Amino acid sequence: MSVTSPASTKPAFLLLEDGTFFNGISFGAEGTRGGEICFNTGMTGYQEVFTDPSYTGQLLIMNTAYVGNYGVKKEDVESSSVKIRGLICKNISERYSRMQASGDLADYLRDNNIVALEGVDTRALVQHIRNKGTMNGIISTEFNDIVRLRERLKLVPQMSGLDLSQEVSTNEAYTYGSPDATWRVAVLDFGLKQSMLRNFAERQVYLKIFPAHSSVQEMLAFKPDGFFVSNGPGDPAAMDYAVQSLKDILATGIPMFGICLGHQLLARTQGIPTFKMHHGHRGLNHPVKNLLTGKSEITTQNHGFVVDGTVAAQTPHVEITHLNLNDGTIEGLRLTNKPAFSVQYHPESTPGTFDSRYLFDEFITMMQAHKH
Amino acid sequence: MPCDSSIQSVLIIGSGPIVIGQACEFDYSGSQAARSLREEGIRVTLINSNPATIMTDHIVADKVYLLPLTVESIEQILDENQIDAVLPTMGGQTALNLAKECDELGVWERFNVRLIGVDIKAIDKAEDREKFRQWMIELGVPVAQASIANSLLEGKEIAQRIGIPIVIRPSFTLGGTGGGLVFEKEKLDAALERGLSASPIHEVLVEQAVMGWKEFELELLRDAADNVVIICTVENFDPMGVHTGDSITVAPAMTLSDTAFQLMRNTAIKMMRDLGNFAGGCNVQFALNPETEEIIAIEINPRVSRSSALASKATGYPIAKIAAKLAIGYTLDELKNPIIQDTSAYFEPALDYVIVKMPRWNFDKFKGADDTLGFQMKSVGEVMGIGRSFPEALQKACQSLENNATGLSFISTARLKPEELIETLKTPKWDRVFRIKEALSVGISIKTLRELTQIDRWFLYQIQDIVKLEKKISELRHLGELDEELMWEAKQMGFSDDQIAEQLRDCSADEVYEARKKMGIRRVYKMVDTCSAEFEAKTPYFYSTFERPATKENGSTLHG
Repeated sequence: MSVTSPASTKPAFLLLEDGTFFNGISFGAEGTRGGEICFNTGMTGYQEVFTDPSYTGQLLIMNTAYVGNYGVKKEDVESSSVKIRGLICKNISERYSRMQASGDLADYLRDNNIVALEGVDTRALVQHIRNKGTMNGIISTEFNDIVRLRERLKLVPQMSGLDLSQEVSTNEAYTYGSPDATWRVAVLDFGLKQSMLRNFAERQVYLKIFPAHSSVQEMLAFKPDGFFVSNGPGDPAAMDYAVQSLKDILATGIPMFGICLGHQLLARTQGIPTFKMHHGHRGLNHPVKNLLTGKSEITTQNHGFVVDGTVAAQTPHVEITHLNLNDGTIEGLRLTNKPAFSVQYHPESTPGTFDSRYLFDEFITMMQAHKH
Repeated sequence: MPCDSSIQSVLIIGSGPIVIGQACEFDYSGSQAARSLREEGIRVTLINSNPATIMTDHIVADKVYLLPLTVESIEQILDENQIDAVLPTMGGQTALNLAKECDELGVWERFNVRLIGVDIKAIDKAEDREKFRQWMIELGVPVAQASIANSLLEGKEIAQRIGIPIVIRPSFTLGGTGGGLVFEKEKLDAALERGLSASPIHEVLVEQAVMGWKEFELELLRDAADNVVIICTVENFDPMGVHTGDSITVAPAMTLSDTAFQLMRNTAIKMMRDLGNFAGGCNVQFALNPETEEIIAIEINPRVSRSSALASKATGYPIAKIAAKLAIGYTLDELKNPIIQDTSAYFEPALDYVIVKMPRWNFDKFKGADDTLGFQMKSVGEVMGIGRSFPEALQKACQSLENNATGLSFISTARLKPEELIETLKTPKWDRVFRIKEALSVGISIKTLRELTQIDRWFLYQIQDIVKLEKKISELRHLGELDEELMWEAKQMGFSDDQIAEQLRDCSADEVYEARKKMGIRRVYKMVDTCSAEFEAKTPYFYSTFERPATKENGSTLHG
C-alpha cells in the first residue's frame, strides 16, 4: 500500500503483446524487462517460487492478494538468485512479520535487480491471459508511452524454440551430500531446484551435479546407481542434445528419474512430441491421480509445455502413470522396457504439499532392485 | 469408489434451537447436504425442533419432522419410514450427541440403520480432552504440555517445569469451576489450592497456556479412500486465549510461510487419517509459536462447523454439499468442482482476495454481562467482508456490523485517554480492534500494542495504514482538495463514502459519491470462484471492490 512508504509511489507500466496496457506502482528495481507472462495461483512460498530456475525469462503474476507478508529468509531459496524476470502483483507488504526473516521482499527484489509492480488489477490480467493464452509482455519504470514500450517488446524472444537451460545449469560439476551415503546419483542439471538435492540427501544419496552438456561417459565416471534429470526453463523441442544424452543414459540400463523438463525429455526419447500449452499450469493445488495406486495427490506445478497424451498412449514401452484430474493432461509416465520414470509436476514441492515425496522413495527402490 | 447404491433413504439430524455458540451455520450445512443427497436421487427425511430454519422448508427435504431432538422422536421416524442411513455430522454437537445416544441404546442397530460420514469412536477420541491429548502423544503430534497434580507441591513442580502462564483445570467439576489462568508466580499457590479444593477428587490438570501464540484453523475434506484436501486456512487476528467464535478471523492465512503451512498441513492430514472411519468435512486447530515456528495441535472436530460454513463462503467451495456426497461413498477424485463444473472436486482452493470475519456481540442487551473475551464464546453472530486487501475487507466487515461503525472509525463509544486505552487493551474485549485503531491514532506505538495484545505485527501495520490514510483525509479542508490518487487509495482501502465525508466534515456521503464518479472511480465486481481466475467459473458469486481499469490500444477498457 502506498501510504506506508511515499517513496514507493513511483508509477510503472505493463504492456502486453496484444496491446493491453496496465498501470501499476513500482516496488522493485528501476528499469525495463520483457518476457513471457504467466501466473501462479499459490498463496504461500513466494520466495521459493521467485528463485525457481524454471521461471527464467518469465514475467510472473502472483494471483494471491498479497506477497511479502512474512518477508524473506536466507534459507527459503531454490537457487542462488531470483530467477523470475519481473513480478506483477496486487499488494506488496513492505512491512513484514516473521521473527526468522532476514529482510523484506521489496529490498530483496531491488538487490536482485528485479522490476516489480504492485497495484495492478491482477485478476483482470489473469482472466485476460486465461482467455487469450500466454503471450509476451514488457514492464517498465522508465517508459509510459506505448510506442516506446512496443519497440522494446518486439525484441523479447518467443518462448517456443528457446533453449534456456544452459543459462541456469551449473558451469562446473559439484557434489552434494555425504560421500558415505548408500546411493550415488548423477544429476543432469537443466536448472534444478535445491530442494530436489535435499530430498535425495535425506534418503541417503550422494549426488554429483553435472552441467547440461555433459556426456554420459563423464557422468558414468561417478559410478552412479541412478541418473536424475532435473526441471528447467525453455522449450524441450529445442534441446535435441539433451534428448540424445537421455537416450545414452537409457542405453546404460541404469535407473533414471526425471522431473518436469526431465519428464518432457524422457517422453521425447520415445518419439512422443511436446507442445506449448495455452497458459500452462503454475501453482500449488493441481490435482493428480496416480493410475497405479488409484490414490490422488495435490501437486506443485510449473510448466508451459506438455507431453502429447494421444501419442503417449499409443507409444510402445510407455505406460501413463499419472493424469491431471482437471484437464486430463499427462502427469507421469514410465518405460516398461527400461528402469525409468518421470513426472510433470514437482514432488520436491517447496513451496507446496508433501503428497508426492513418495516418488523419491520409489526411485531408491528402483535403484535397489537394479543393484540386486 | 462410486456412490453406495444400497443407500436409498437418509435421515439428517438438525441442530435444534439457535443459541449463543451454535447459530444458523448448521441450517446452512444441513440444507446444502439435503440438496446434495436429493441430487443423487436419495430420499431425505429431516428432523429438527426449530421451525425457523431453511432446512425445514418443504422444498429442502422430502419429509420434515418438527419434533424434539430426542431418542423417542428418532424411533418414531424410523418406525414410520424406511431409513437406510443417518447423517449426523450436519447438526453440530447436538446432532452428534443424539446420534451417540441412539447408538448406545441400540436404536440404529434395531432399525438396521447405518451411521454415515462418521464413526462414534472417532467422535469420542476427538471430543474428550484427555483422550485427545493421549491420542496426539501416541501419534507424535505436539500438544500443550500438561500434567495431573494431586497436591499443591506436585502442582508447583509442574508449573515450574512448564513455565508460567499456565491454565489450571480441576477434574470433574461442572463448567470449569475453580479453574483459571495464572499469569503471575505469586498467584500460583492460591490458584492451585482453589482448583484442588474445587475438585471432588482433589485433582487438577496443569497445562501450558500458549497465550500469544498465533492461532490457525484448517478446514479439510477426507473421503473413504483416504484422499485429503485442505479447503481453507484461516488465521485468527486475535491470538490464543480468545475463542475462535469470538475472534476476528482472516482467510487465507496472512502471516504464514510455506514451511510453517506445510507443517500444519502434514500434521492435520496425519491426524485425520488416524481418526478412524471418516468421510466428510473436518476442522483442525493449531497454535504456532511465533518465536520458533513450532506448532501444537489444539483440537480436531470431525464434522462440519461454524468454521466450515465460513470456509465455504470464503472460498466458494461448498464443503457441506461435497461432505454429504463423500458420506454416501463417493471419492473426491470422481466428483466435479460444483463452481467450475468441469474441473475436479479434489483440489485446494486458491484465493485472490482477503476475507475478514468479525463477530457481532450484543452485550448492550445483556446488562451486567462480563464483556471480557476468553475460552467461552459470547458473540451472537458474525459478518464477513471481502476485499482485494486486508484493510478493505476489514473495513467492509466493520461497516456490516450494524452498530453505526462506518469503518474502523467507530464513533458510538466514548473516546479514551491514552493511559485508559493502554489499560483497556490489556484485556480482550469486543471493541478491541476499534480501540487499537484509536490507540494508533493517538500515537501509541506498534511495539506497545504488540506487547499489550500479542496480535501479530502484520495486522497492526495494516490498521496503522488505515489510520495514516484517515489522517491524510481529515487534514484536507474540503472535498475539492481530495485528489484522484487519494480517492483511489481510500476506496481501495475500504473507506466508505460516509467515512470520507465524516473525515472531511464539509460534505455529505452523496457529494463524495458524485465527486468520485466524476473521477471514474466506480465499483467493479469480482468473483469468488475457488480458483483465483485460473478457470472459468459457471456458478460463482461476486463481491464489489475498486480496481483501476486496464486499457486497450484502441482506447477501450478491460475489466476482470
